[in-house]
Amino acid sequence: MADIAHAHRSEPLSGRVAGAAGVTVTPAPAAGRVALRVNPSEAGQLSSILGLALPLSPKTSVTTETGRMALWLGPDEWLLIDASVDAGPHLTSALCEAGVLVSAVDVSHRNTAILVEGAGAQATLESGCPQNLSLTAFPVGACSRTVLGKIEVVILRTGAEAFRVECWRSFSDYAFTFLADAAGDALA
Amino acid sequence: MSGANRIAGKGRLTPARTVRFTFDGQALTAVEGDTLASALIANGIHLTGRSFKYHRPRGMLSAGPEEPNALMDIGRDSARRTPNVRATVQEVFDGMQAKSQNRWPSLSFDIGAVNNLASPMFAAGFYYKTFMWPKAAWKKLYEPVIRNAAGLGVSPSERDPDHYANHHAHCDVLVIGGGVAGLAAALSAAHAGAEVIICDEQPEMGGAFRHETDTTIAGKSGFDWAQAVVAELRAMDNVRVLTRTTAFGYQAQNHVGLVERVTEHLAAPDARLPRERMWQVRARQVVIATGAIERHMVFANNDRPGIMLASAARTFLNHFGVAVGARVGVYTANDSAYNAAFDLKRAGVSIPVIVDVRPQVDAALLARAADLGIEVLTGHAVVDTKGSLRVRSMKVARIGGGGGKDYAIDALIMSSGWTPSVHMYSQSRGKVVWDEASERFLPGVHPQASMSIGACNGTDDLNETIAEAVRAGRESAEKAGVASGGGWAPPAAVAGTSWAGNMMGSGEGAGPDTTVKAFVDFQNDVTAKDIRLAVREGMESIEHVKRFTTNGMATDQGKTSNIHGLAIAAEMLDRPLPKVGLTTFRSPYTPVTFGAIVNHSRGALFDPTRKTPMHDWEAAHGAVFEDVGQWKRAWYYPRTGEDMHQAVNRECRTVREAAGLFDASTLGKIEVVGPDAAAFLNLLYTNSWDKLEPGRCKYGIMLREDGFIYDDGVVGRMAEDRFHVTTTTGGAPRVMHHMEDYLQTEFPHLKVWLTSTSEQWAVIAVQGPKAREIIAPLVEGIDMSSEAMPHMSVREGRICGVPTRLFRMSFTGEAGFEVNVPADYGKAVWEAIWARAEPMGACAYGTEAMHVLRAEKGYIIVGQDTDGTVTPDDAGLNWAVAKKKPDFVGIRGMKRPDLVREGRKQLVGLQTRDPKIVLEEGAQIVADPNQTVPMKMLGHVTSSYWSENCGRSIAMGVVAGGRSLMGQTLYVPMPDRTIEVTVTDTVFIDKQGERLNG
Repeated sequence: MADIAHAHRSEPLSGRVAGAAGVTVTPAPAAGRVALRVNPSEAGQLSSILGLALPLSPKTSVTTETGRMALWLGPDEWLLIDASVDAGPHLTSALCEAGVLVSAVDVSHRNTAILVEGAGAQATLESGCPQNLSLTAFPVGACSRTVLGKIEVVILRTGAEAFRVECWRSFSDYAFTFLADAAGDALA
Repeated sequence: MSGANRIAGKGRLTPARTVRFTFDGQALTAVEGDTLASALIANGIHLTGRSFKYHRPRGMLSAGPEEPNALMDIGRDSARRTPNVRATVQEVFDGMQAKSQNRWPSLSFDIGAVNNLASPMFAAGFYYKTFMWPKAAWKKLYEPVIRNAAGLGVSPSERDPDHYANHHAHCDVLVIGGGVAGLAAALSAAHAGAEVIICDEQPEMGGAFRHETDTTIAGKSGFDWAQAVVAELRAMDNVRVLTRTTAFGYQAQNHVGLVERVTEHLAAPDARLPRERMWQVRARQVVIATGAIERHMVFANNDRPGIMLASAARTFLNHFGVAVGARVGVYTANDSAYNAAFDLKRAGVSIPVIVDVRPQVDAALLARAADLGIEVLTGHAVVDTKGSLRVRSMKVARIGGGGGKDYAIDALIMSSGWTPSVHMYSQSRGKVVWDEASERFLPGVHPQASMSIGACNGTDDLNETIAEAVRAGRESAEKAGVASGGGWAPPAAVAGTSWAGNMMGSGEGAGPDTTVKAFVDFQNDVTAKDIRLAVREGMESIEHVKRFTTNGMATDQGKTSNIHGLAIAAEMLDRPLPKVGLTTFRSPYTPVTFGAIVNHSRGALFDPTRKTPMHDWEAAHGAVFEDVGQWKRAWYYPRTGEDMHQAVNRECRTVREAAGLFDASTLGKIEVVGPDAAAFLNLLYTNSWDKLEPGRCKYGIMLREDGFIYDDGVVGRMAEDRFHVTTTTGGAPRVMHHMEDYLQTEFPHLKVWLTSTSEQWAVIAVQGPKAREIIAPLVEGIDMSSEAMPHMSVREGRICGVPTRLFRMSFTGEAGFEVNVPADYGKAVWEAIWARAEPMGACAYGTEAMHVLRAEKGYIIVGQDTDGTVTPDDAGLNWAVAKKKPDFVGIRGMKRPDLVREGRKQLVGLQTRDPKIVLEEGAQIVADPNQTVPMKMLGHVTSSYWSENCGRSIAMGVVAGGRSLMGQTLYVPMPDRTIEVTVTDTVFIDKQGERLNG
């Protein structure tokens, strides 16, 4: 068995680049992801395992200095994203053994992410997302499971002019093509 | 010179900036900023089209979006062509090609005009009456002829090379309309701190100040004041000013659709710009400031080219510097037409007479007319006109006096008053209220967070309008919860035009006792006589009158005709006008192009195309793909020289002789986690899950509440509290929703959560006698021997160094595995398996071979062998229904009398007497082929294939009482022959199932 080569990853958007004046659209690096479900009253008990306190308010997120993010998606639902590509299985097992009733499912490969950045980033997303994405209604750190054109996405605002768009793998071509198309009209 | 009728020193365009365009092939010159309408009139052209039904010569009625007549085909090049564009809103750009419509062979000589002579045939409702018999002739003769003769433009046939954009926008206050009211409201709201969007359909804001030049505000002319306000608004960070932008649809919860024409006016647009941009605005508050639309007078032959609204003539003069004629008659019931006459007179145009139906007219107006030497006839009417391709005279008579005097004219301007533009209010679900004092419909209670101001709200006085607007701006900001200390004081304003005077319905000489053509609706060729006919034929509701006569239909949506039509109907019905009612205004306010509506969703973005992680490998290996929902799935892999049939036969044979690789990644997958996971599955599936041990899997059937099969799939138990559920490809999203729906509404007490993992896992099915041998060397940490890992088991370990959930299962009847790996590894693992499989004689197979292989084993496909009316028993799957479970979704439905009766259609095998004949799926099955048609049908064929492994055709079908007909002969009648079939069981190969355990 020793000669088994480790299979290499083929990321769905690798090599794609797009943008226009004032906007860049780029695939995010691979990441670890866990879909976490837990009763919000017990969410606090996971803080030490996660290294962060799960956000309990709608449309909010928490990001640690090590690049781990917890996005509130519903009253008992979070999307955890970790900069480490191997975090998915590790976090899943740790959460399952926390002694709290949880559902932790590794979805590292289910999702992929696209970074939309620049002065026209918000306008680019507004082409396809009906939510109010202004800085007042959707400040830095805000996140939401919503729609982009004809697909479901999770949008996280990482900066005044920076967004992370998470979508399922097979929809990433559509999402990227849509954002590239929309970027062209962003600074209208 | 850009047209002989251009008047030096008049208008706001720059004469030196000329542009060239063509009209019906004739090269003409315009000035930058001209509309096509103003450019044509400048060049002395009033004749712009033929009417819809009678092919009467028509010209511009208006200078705005309400235009019913001057619809043009506007082209930039052969692919960029738009039919039915209103010449009054289309700005001329250099190189524009405009063509008139609905005429043949030419605009000035049109064969279809014979319809005008035959007009008694084309009276209102003629569609419903004249062509009733013979019935067959409607489709073949009448309809094509009518469609050809009547009608508007021709749609372009080439692909649209332009692109369109969409923006969702949110604001505190949306102001619809950039006239004095809208501008004042926007400035007031913006100074109060609100985020404001203001839109107007014209290139420049200012509304009525485009034509009305007598007003001063803050010491400036109305138009200059408007431009100063726009400049101030544009300079504010919290304001977005959208010109050339029409609010066309007011939907629920203050969702308003705007369409911005970005490049339609440009000669050489930047290719990066969208041609049009859709704005979907969500506003906390909406201020409707849409003004009023002038109505024409209804009299005999009021539709000749050169006859137009007074405000239109004033716009052409004061904004575009174009005189609509040299000798212009005036026919009015409203004061504002006097100002138009005065402006024309001062510009050197002869005004032979102002004809006013009112016996009394404001003395000051009469004095001004006298000062300018204009004759005014009060209590008079224009009763007829003459002139074939342009009006050349009008007949004026004293009302009730008979006779009349002819005046030579080359244009006639008219006004019967102003209709408040309540379209947006009405679209917002508002009900209009009749105001008896001013005799007009006005907005009542606003059902959404909006308010109407200015002329559309019936506010006529200028200073009242400004005060109302300032108040509305402030109030909107307050209601939106954003008002801060700031504010804006209304400027001093002096009005220059009176808008008083109102007449509805037909005038002198066009009353009920006449047969003249007095047009009410120009676009649909509806006359006063037609409305009366509708009433006489029993149409009492205005909605019926509208549909019988088509009054108010078509692209102009009755902007000029509704009130006249209503008044005539009310007069005929002898009812007060508000009792007859007004038809509902619907979106869109003006036509919206498909391009703007579709915007980004074209080409690759029309619909998402979903590809599996192995797609590129499959494409590189010659796969032909089929669409399964949004997925592209490898259908079959033809080798050189193979057709589909040969490729599928080879793939089917190879799987049973050696092995095959199949991409099953599109299967839906749901991770069910929690201490009550098994209890939840017990409720969602017919099967029992309690005894399934971790590491084992089972085929499950899911029903709807009605007891019919909804989905199926293999479910693996990964741990006590964790299941890996698979669903059909097409069922993935709806099964997830179905489960979540039941969990949240029926079984919320269960401690279990659902997570979609469809795209977490790439799935490689390796099926066939060599399957284990192929993958075993790549797998670590799993004992794959048949004893340790029997059929229907699942193990976790590693393959090619990456984590896998390895299922021992089969949808082919062969021993096989389904290798689940994290999706990004799918391609590499597939390649590694392929590298071992190919030398061992295995092949890649597609969905077609998969279908054949499963049919050889009698495995059903939900949605193919079931159709939403098939129970587990019908499908022969009673073994999968737990008998002892107290409850599951569908348990009561399954017990309904109709679902347990004898003689239901049951799934059976069908073998053709001639083994070479492959039945058609969907073909009907009968017991006796010699019955008379319509025959009694017993059922139909659901699956049918050539089976290379069986050496014959195989089929399944649902047949009434099918399982009691084993061995009997039934018939499949086809158009060319009747096919004999024998009823069999559904397993065609390896009936004992020995190969599964190999």
